[in-house]
Amino acid sequence: MTSKYRPTLPSTFLNMSQPNTTFPRLLAEHARRQPDAPAMREKDLGIWQAWTWQQVAREVREMACGLASLGFAAHDNLAIVGANRPRLYMTALAAQSLRGVPVPLYQDAVAGEMTFMLEDAGVRFVIAEDQEQVDKLLECREQWPRLAHIIYEDPRGLRNYDQPGLLSLEQLRERGRAFDAQHPEHFERAVASALPDDVAVILYTSGTTGRPKGVCQTHASFIAAGRGGVESDRLGPGDDIMSYLPMAWVGDHLFSVAQWLVGGFTLNCPESSETVMNDMREIGPTYYFGPPRTFEGLLTSVSIRMEDAATLKRWLYAKCMALARRVGADILNGAPVSALDRLRYRLGDLLVYGPLRNMLGMSRIRVAYTAGAAIGPDLFRFYRSIGVNLKQFYGQTETCAYVCLQQDGKVKLTSVGTAAPGMELRIADNGEVLVRGVSVLKEYYKRPEATAEVLDAEGYFHTGDAGVIDSEGHLRIIDRAKDVGRMNTGAMFAPNYIENKLKFFPQIKEAVCFGHARDEVCAFINIDYEAVGNWAERRGLPYGGYVDLAGKPEVLALVAECIGRVNADLAAEEGMADTQIARFLVLHKELDPDDDELTRTRKVRRGHVADKYRVLVDALYGGKTEQFIETQVKFEDGRTGTVSATLSIVPAQRYPAVRAAA
Amino acid sequence: MNARAMDLPPQAAPQGDDAPPPARRIGESILEVKNISLAFGGVKALSDISFDVREHEVRAIIGPNGAGKSSMLNCINGVYTPQQGSITFRGQTFRHMNSRQVAEMGVARTFQNLALFKGMSVLDNIMSGRNLKMKSGLLAQALRWGPAEREELAHREFVERIIDFLEIQAWRKTPVGRLPYGLQKRVDLGRALAMEPQVLLLDEPMAGMNVEEKQDMCRFVLDVNDEFGTTIVLIEHDMGVVMDISDRVVVLDYGRKIGDGTPDEVRADPEVIRAYLGTTH
Repeated sequence: MTSKYRPTLPSTFLNMSQPNTTFPRLLAEHARRQPDAPAMREKDLGIWQAWTWQQVAREVREMACGLASLGFAAHDNLAIVGANRPRLYMTALAAQSLRGVPVPLYQDAVAGEMTFMLEDAGVRFVIAEDQEQVDKLLECREQWPRLAHIIYEDPRGLRNYDQPGLLSLEQLRERGRAFDAQHPEHFERAVASALPDDVAVILYTSGTTGRPKGVCQTHASFIAAGRGGVESDRLGPGDDIMSYLPMAWVGDHLFSVAQWLVGGFTLNCPESSETVMNDMREIGPTYYFGPPRTFEGLLTSVSIRMEDAATLKRWLYAKCMALARRVGADILNGAPVSALDRLRYRLGDLLVYGPLRNMLGMSRIRVAYTAGAAIGPDLFRFYRSIGVNLKQFYGQTETCAYVCLQQDGKVKLTSVGTAAPGMELRIADNGEVLVRGVSVLKEYYKRPEATAEVLDAEGYFHTGDAGVIDSEGHLRIIDRAKDVGRMNTGAMFAPNYIENKLKFFPQIKEAVCFGHARDEVCAFINIDYEAVGNWAERRGLPYGGYVDLAGKPEVLALVAECIGRVNADLAAEEGMADTQIARFLVLHKELDPDDDELTRTRKVRRGHVADKYRVLVDALYGGKTEQFIETQVKFEDGRTGTVSATLSIVPAQRYPAVRAAA
Repeated sequence: MNARAMDLPPQAAPQGDDAPPPARRIGESILEVKNISLAFGGVKALSDISFDVREHEVRAIIGPNGAGKSSMLNCINGVYTPQQGSITFRGQTFRHMNSRQVAEMGVARTFQNLALFKGMSVLDNIMSGRNLKMKSGLLAQALRWGPAEREELAHREFVERIIDFLEIQAWRKTPVGRLPYGLQKRVDLGRALAMEPQVLLLDEPMAGMNVEEKQDMCRFVLDVNDEFGTTIVLIEHDMGVVMDISDRVVVLDYGRKIGDGTPDEVRADPEVIRAYLGTTH
């Protein structure tokens, strides 16, 4: 397993001692030092086509000169709309070469959203992938007439378009060659004029809260973030990465642009969004990123296929996976494992883990990352136990997705790692994570007041996430800062964090925890009707509908067991022991958006639930053992009715706080 | 769009190697069906049908169930031989044709009930459409003899372009039988395109599809017409689809032609309304 790490790889391939550089200069340096090494690949017509660094540099130059011939100059913004295509990445570099700023936009945004961003960034030039995007941009132009030039990569279906300002990328390069011949020094001069503190890219935030904001990041920030990752994981020539996540997402810009240019490895673009899995198997990337749901989807497909396998294979798989669960993660972490187990694991690798990794396209993976949402513990352990070095990181658009990294050998399931090189962490009094360092944003584009809100006088960026730093410096993200409360004991109370732990149990569908300004934490639980119903049937436990099932003593015992395990978990975590659940009740009805208890995206409306079920909350904290409640419900056909029940209030098993968790 | 395109004089088309091929222009009539009558025993499937198809146009044949649409297509395709009438293709008139002749003349078709090789991959199915274009013999192909291999490479590249065009890269190696219906329809279209047809006959290309699949298929049909200038004759049930994508429409009812013209003309034709769309009394 140790062979997967390549400790001998030169960590600073490019001798990047001088940090004062820009992306176009990094590209030029690669073109000089490793001209014939593959820089990018894309599968086209069923065959992987490669561009060498030299070719990339030449095409970027042609595109830049083409843009210059159209009047694109320093500080102009170039919007890029499309999937991960090598030439779209090149256009970003072309814009930067002229000291302009690429603005990648999400290709699935509708015309209205896109118009907003084009207008906000004052975009006059846009690169579009294909007809679909061109049509949308032409629609945008009706609202934003200053959009003068639309340059498209794929000419299919665009032959009969005669709108002004339409140009194919091929034609742009043609113009570029002519311009270059007439102004041979223009390109070099422009590249030389760019400063590391110039804005390198504007990335739009998703805008879940209010209008999207354009985050301005400089060359220096992104290059520092890229270098931190490259050095931590010793990435360099010979490594392969799959670029398949949206170009407008900060993570893709970190992996596929910043780290690519700093490390000098090879970027691989899939043939289409549907072929990613297959392309991955062919390329066998050494470096990979996927959101948790991707890893979950892969595991599910493996499990389903294993259930259909022959008995002998299933037996072998179960045996090997049990061994992997026991020792796999330790072997990967370099922890001590007995020689016999090592031998067994090697056999398992030959028979199961190796072929499995191959199926997943992960045979050559040295480093895989996930981020963006909480990853289930079983899922995380599964990948690590079969020898995939899956790690987590933490960051946001405002920090180039670069705040914390899990270092090899120091991977903790619950944390997102320690502060990345060049970054500083602090926890504010309200529990909010504050970040200072190389990757923090320069500003929001044309929004000084929004910038002032998130960047304080000391240069700390306010992430809006609540977290805890443990004794070893690992950061654990627990909740959104605005949801975090404080208990009377002074302990921080993070309801989502506890509720998520509860919801990892299939029997628990929904949970609502109370604890802000209280002495103890109490919880409402919604059972999962299907899972618990199934469980009851298998045990021959008769029940008459949801209300009856939810009130069964056996079901209460089942839920109490789950809560006991969550409490044991909380007791083992620093600063969380006080937030163990003291008492709970199982609600007689499912929380429902129709009754305004959940949002349409199925998030609990905490305040509303607390008001509506005030009698229950009072009963939980009032020392009662049961409480009668009658609730009005809306049926799907619009009629209303009432549900009533007497709910038992059950105490939960609590544990003493464990110091210095293993 | 067509009207504008037709106004262009021919020399206005871009010239040179790099220039894209000229924009689609509807040209002269290339296929003419004259007084076709077809009967199965006592059942008259088609009686005295005449219409023409112009180069580069999308021509639809519509009509209620049993109106004779598929029979009409089968006559053009050489599957049925009409008892009366003639078919003129590019100036040559035929009393009857056989399917192979028709294929060699550059007419390809897709099928209402998909006639794909279910056990073969998408790639192989489309490749089978290149059969007529392959020159090397069976033995040379089996042995991958020099020229045969080069030929195979060229054909493979052509097929890959179709796969790219129809956006089915993800299923290249999947056996066709395992694909959902909408995708099988796309493969069927791909195999027809592999023949590099001048005229493409589509038998209910959107039948049994959901709305999204229909939209995709419409786009592919229009793109084929646009990119390759292929003349398209299609039978379709879905009136909305027909009216949106066709240049001209023939309406059949009980084996007779009751309307012919642009979608707007056909929509306004009282007899068509009565027979096909139904009238309100």
